[in-house]
Amino acid sequence: MALFRRSSQQVAVSAATRRTAKDLRLGESGTICCLEDPEMALKLLEMGCVPGVKVRLSGRAPLGDPLMLVLGDQEYTLSVRANEAATILLKE
Amino acid sequence: MAAILSNPSAAEAVALQTGPAAGARPMRIALIGNPNSGKTSLFNQLTGLNQKVGNFPGVTVDRKSGFAQLTATQRAEIVDLPGTYSLYPKSLDEKVITDLLYDKTSASYPDFVVVTVDANNLRRSLLLFTQLGDLGLPAVLALNMMDVAERHGVNIDLPALERELGVPIIPMNARKGIGVAALKIVMAQRLDAPPVRCWQPDEKLLPLVRQIRYYFDLHNDYLALHYAQQFRQIGFLSADDKAYLQELTQKYGFDATAQQASETIARYARINEILLETVTVTRTETREPVSNRIDRVLTHRVGGYLIFLAILFLLFQAIFAWAQYPMDWIDQGISALSATIQENFHGPLIRLLTEGVLAGLGGVLIFIPQIALLFGFLAILEETGYMARVTFLMDKLMRPFGLSGKSVVPLISGLACAVPAIMGARTIESWKDRMITIFVTPLMSCSARIPVYTVLVALVVPDEAAWGIFNLRGVALMSLYLLGLFSALASAWVLKKVLKARERSYFIMEFPVYQWPRWKNVGLTIYQKVQAFVLQAGKVIVAISVLLWVLASYGPGQRQEEAVSQLMVRQNIGFSSPQAMARYNQEHPEYKEDLARRVASARLENSYAGTFGHLIEPAIRPLGYDWKIGIALLTSFAAREVFVGTISTIYSVGQDADMGTLQQKLSAEKDANGQPFFTPARAFSLLVFYVFAMQCMSTLAVTYRETKSWKWPLAQLLYMTGLAYVAAFAVYQVLS
Repeated sequence: MALFRRSSQQVAVSAATRRTAKDLRLGESGTICCLEDPEMALKLLEMGCVPGVKVRLSGRAPLGDPLMLVLGDQEYTLSVRANEAATILLKE
Repeated sequence: MAAILSNPSAAEAVALQTGPAAGARPMRIALIGNPNSGKTSLFNQLTGLNQKVGNFPGVTVDRKSGFAQLTATQRAEIVDLPGTYSLYPKSLDEKVITDLLYDKTSASYPDFVVVTVDANNLRRSLLLFTQLGDLGLPAVLALNMMDVAERHGVNIDLPALERELGVPIIPMNARKGIGVAALKIVMAQRLDAPPVRCWQPDEKLLPLVRQIRYYFDLHNDYLALHYAQQFRQIGFLSADDKAYLQELTQKYGFDATAQQASETIARYARINEILLETVTVTRTETREPVSNRIDRVLTHRVGGYLIFLAILFLLFQAIFAWAQYPMDWIDQGISALSATIQENFHGPLIRLLTEGVLAGLGGVLIFIPQIALLFGFLAILEETGYMARVTFLMDKLMRPFGLSGKSVVPLISGLACAVPAIMGARTIESWKDRMITIFVTPLMSCSARIPVYTVLVALVVPDEAAWGIFNLRGVALMSLYLLGLFSALASAWVLKKVLKARERSYFIMEFPVYQWPRWKNVGLTIYQKVQAFVLQAGKVIVAISVLLWVLASYGPGQRQEEAVSQLMVRQNIGFSSPQAMARYNQEHPEYKEDLARRVASARLENSYAGTFGHLIEPAIRPLGYDWKIGIALLTSFAAREVFVGTISTIYSVGQDADMGTLQQKLSAEKDANGQPFFTPARAFSLLVFYVFAMQCMSTLAVTYRETKSWKWPLAQLLYMTGLAYVAAFAVYQVLS
């Protein structure tokens, strides 16, 4: 039982250190730190998901996926699937 | 050579001068830009109605081009390229761009490009622009949506930006046509390649890049790098060239993904520097953009779906109810024309013209109202930006079936006609998603099935109310549509398990800002789609109609003549003399008409088509069909709606008779035991057959064009026909 609790805590800690765009709460903003998946990164970069840019979760599709992300100050909106958003790492 | 090696820009200058020939032919200008950057508006402003849609060579992506009058004496050809975010193509549409811009020797290589840039999205738009500049293409920057940028407090120092980028910049508002005149003046001048390079390949890449550059005799290092990046997808390279590049990139250990990522990041860094010096934002309003507030309603977890359903309902209403009036006019017009010709002229050629060509042409023209309405609707949904929200709403629902949110648009369009729907699947980047979408779209009940459904349902389903509110016939009709939808989804699920994915599926997509549709664009879309349909599908349908007419009108040897004379002999019994028969005929015109119908029926039975019907009868007997239905199955292979016309002829109903008499004839048809032939079992078996069967030449042709292989249309044909056969067999055996 103790082992189980400890391991679940570890998961929680590692999840907290690796916050991604998927973990944003509705309306919350973060800054892009880096992109994890090289292949996906190419597409995301082209669409303006560049490290250092601000990203805000502005909505979710009715079934929770895909997500609606607003990028930068220039306010344009991207739609990405949750698993794609999970490759966008955020700065602390 | 050494001098050139050490000074690539000198070589570029030489290459540019020997580039596209100046003088005789009008300039060719390509229009390129991000999706939603106002490229289409600008294209329409420049060319007006003076445009045409063709195909890019080798692929079937629409090539929109037109002529613009730049000055009183100078005309230029404008080519509208698909919207893209970079020169690294992801979808089939985007590959057209690289094929066009990488081959300088190509006849359609542009003299220069006009890059449309959204002033509100400068950073991302400039990524594409700097790539084009680095390719050494002369360019003009059309800085669009200046009005919105000004409202948002974005101030752009245009002279400074022109200096940094090294190209002329024209501020504009393409929707309203502001800035178009200034753009035309700049376009009328022959431009040089921009002197500024935003990014150069890294030193470490130079050995590889230079080797490619001199092997292919390219004018530019960056272009050589793109060869290394994308040689697998470049259409004009030969297999030997590709093998050479494969070997070379392997030898140098070239990592395409890493290189592309570092290039993109380096470009953004440079763009940020430029923007820091040239753009200031004094954001006055902090109010949330209107678009976001609309989104909260249209993508609401309950409301979003309800609104989508309401829009779908409206679409159906338009296609099935409103389109009926113009369709009737076309039908009557063609019949009247045909009748007039037949009254005044005679002979086999006239019959070929009226019963073959005109009937086939009528079969094409009658779909114009539905196609126009469908594309009008879809264009409005696309223009307003709502379509992107539909894919967003539906993505999660479609994924378990191996489809993506982007498959929704082709599937919905498939309810009107599978041909444009399959073409609409081009926007799906993932190969697997796209193939599944193309494969299952013909299972959606298209408008050509409506006549078949209507006739057969009315025959066996009583016109009564069920549970007080629903009309039984309406319920039956809706069940057929649902059956089509579920079979499409189930087939997609099966295909998802079968197909090996070569690439992963993406769903990264920009939400366009909501805006009012530009009616001119909607009108142009309708006009172009109808034109493409009439010309492309029309050719096939008319050809098949003529062929079928011949098969149904002529028979092997003397069989038709013998059958008719036998019939006449039987008719003549009972009359004392030919004069008595003639008198009787005169007094009873309906008897003469009836005789004519029976003669037609006998001729058909003994024609090539009729012979074929008898031939396949053993195969379709388990489904409950006889040779007459066999002929209808054969003729309606060209197009489903031919079914009704064929059975009208077979059951010896004159072509001008209305549906009521056809119904009566069908009900009156008796089987060998004197019982009504069209039992519910037979009718439902036929209905289910038509839900599934691939009875459409045009769809097969378009699947071939879109997949560039006979494998897919053949698989579609075998799968759908097999499914139809098994399902119809099951229905007939269970019900009878």
